Amino acid sequence: MARLNLVLLLVAVICALAAVTSSHRARKLFIGLENEQKRTRDLDVEWSQLQLEQSTWANHARVEKIARDKLAMHRPAAGRVLSVEAR
Amino acid sequence: MRLKFVHSPLLSQPLPAWRARVMLVLLLSGFVALVVRSLFLQGIHNDFLQKKGESRYERVIEISATRGRILDRHGDVLAVSVPVKSIWAIPEDARLSAAQSRQLAALLEMDVRELNRKLDAEKDFVYLKRQIAPEQADRIAALQLPGIHGQREYRRYYPVGDVTAHVVGFTGVEDAGQEGVELALNAQLSGQPGSRRVIKDRRGQIVEDVESIKAPVEGRDVTLALDGKIQYLAFSYLKQAVEDNKAKAGGIVVLDARSGEVLALANLPTYNPNNRVKLAGAQLRNRAFTDTFEPGSTMKPFTAALALEKGKYRSDTPIQTAPGRLTIGTATISDAHPHGVLTVAEVIQKSSNVGISKIALTFPPGEMWSMFDAVGFGHPLKLGFPGEVGGRLRPAKSWRPIEQATMSYGHGIAVTLIQLARAYLAFARDGDLLPLSLTRTAGAAGSGQNVISAKTAREVRAMLELAVQAGGTAPKAQIAGYRVAGKTGTAHKVDGGVYANKYVSSFVGFAPASDPRLIVAVMIDEPGGKVHFGGDVAAPVFAQVMAGGLRTLGVAPDAPMAPLKPLQVAAAR
Repeated sequence: MARLNLVLLLVAVICALAAVTSSHRARKLFIGLENEQKRTRDLDVEWSQLQLEQSTWANHARVEKIARDKLAMHRPAAGRVLSVEAR
Repeated sequence: MRLKFVHSPLLSQPLPAWRARVMLVLLLSGFVALVVRSLFLQGIHNDFLQKKGESRYERVIEISATRGRILDRHGDVLAVSVPVKSIWAIPEDARLSAAQSRQLAALLEMDVRELNRKLDAEKDFVYLKRQIAPEQADRIAALQLPGIHGQREYRRYYPVGDVTAHVVGFTGVEDAGQEGVELALNAQLSGQPGSRRVIKDRRGQIVEDVESIKAPVEGRDVTLALDGKIQYLAFSYLKQAVEDNKAKAGGIVVLDARSGEVLALANLPTYNPNNRVKLAGAQLRNRAFTDTFEPGSTMKPFTAALALEKGKYRSDTPIQTAPGRLTIGTATISDAHPHGVLTVAEVIQKSSNVGISKIALTFPPGEMWSMFDAVGFGHPLKLGFPGEVGGRLRPAKSWRPIEQATMSYGHGIAVTLIQLARAYLAFARDGDLLPLSLTRTAGAAGSGQNVISAKTAREVRAMLELAVQAGGTAPKAQIAGYRVAGKTGTAHKVDGGVYANKYVSSFVGFAPASDPRLIVAVMIDEPGGKVHFGGDVAAPVFAQVMAGGLRTLGVAPDAPMAPLKPLQVAAAR
């Protein structure tokens, strides 16, 4: 009888310790998840900033100014355009 | 003598037995009271303590939702929300030393006195500065000043700025739409912040999700029908024309004739939506939607369409317009240049007021009203745009003959530029009038409402082509390689009840005339230069925008191009 009780006590202690460890691990994983979610949000923010930057650089007014002033581009005159039919 | 403890006389005295019992009962009953109380707190009446406990480790945190972006039809960003911080304070807690407030004021880029005035306010909460860059806010947080807090917010940026200002509009500081599409589609764009309950550990880290109180709803993106490139062309050419002609204002609308989408819409004067410090009412006005004007001769094609539709006239029916004047009652209608006998087509080509009035007066007012009403004049387009108006088209019963005559050439009737552009859809689409769309639609639309027969629409189209050719009123609207059709308008403005020497010059047209793809309507308000005719002021803008637009869309030319000239390459030696 006493031996059985001892075994049960041991099992109970092991179970208790396992519960503690798994809850600790769950928390750690959750913190990891939280961090990844925060990173998602931060990347989202960065993406919107990059989008903003891209559209600022790709502004039509800026593109036209560079094409005209820096690259000396201009529209072809009427006699310089040949239209070909796509097949 | 040493007395042994056990032989102490005090102990050897006999005590009554009941004293020990009383003690025992007292102690036991105290113990029982404690057990009962703890049972009561732990088991039966545990809500209060439970709550207190939870409040020690549970937190409700807000999950912010972003406002949706506004994109053009190619996915280029026209408006985007970027997180910023707002700095606020609890004045009672914020007891700063002089050095601290100087430091804070420098970081906030504001005057120390103004900062102190804000902190002295008899309020529980004051905003010190809203919408500052996150890095700036981090530096302020690093100072760890008492009573000074930061709050995450979103700021709306408009990378294209003034080019799309009137279409896109802007939001207020509370992230709610105030103008333009931002207001019209606010429900779709705005997100709903959510919240959730979590357990935080000693280090402030979230260790467990308890429950989601409210799921956040992210704002949805809006894809407009706007084509960024055509919009830029329209805006810059309109700006150039308004400056060259010293005009007060101007507006331009570009429609896709196949789908009824608004490809470009610009107004001048405009504003920069990113910096709205000095904003005047005139800049805010989205003229194309909210300002009506007397369209002038751009109305004539509708009168001509009525004449052809009813079968009373053909495009070669002669009309006597000599001597260039027509007196109805006490008023006289006159032409800018007197002509002799003109056909109906020539009346449109040369824009004869007398000719079109004579045609109009052969119809009862009710029939003319029905035509104008059918193409959409007099009622708003219902695009959901803020401040949209329907113009003015009085009921036919109240028309006097002189009014009917002037209305045939666009006076005594008021329309918006976008209404006018849409009405021309009927000519461009063989009589089929589509509803307009500000947002991108799934390609070619079905059909709208049939307002005139295809035959009439084609005949009017031919007349409008004549108006652009040599001998018409707008040869400046021609484009190399494309057949263009359109009509000029030069309307006197009413100033204090009388027609003043101020004008509204306009041009509405479409191309390629063989299979219309784009409709462009240009309006220049009060050109102050030497010329004021629609053919000189508005038609060149039309031609530039139309040529650019057709090239952007890759529309095949339907007229012979100018013969190719050999490229002169500098001879290499």
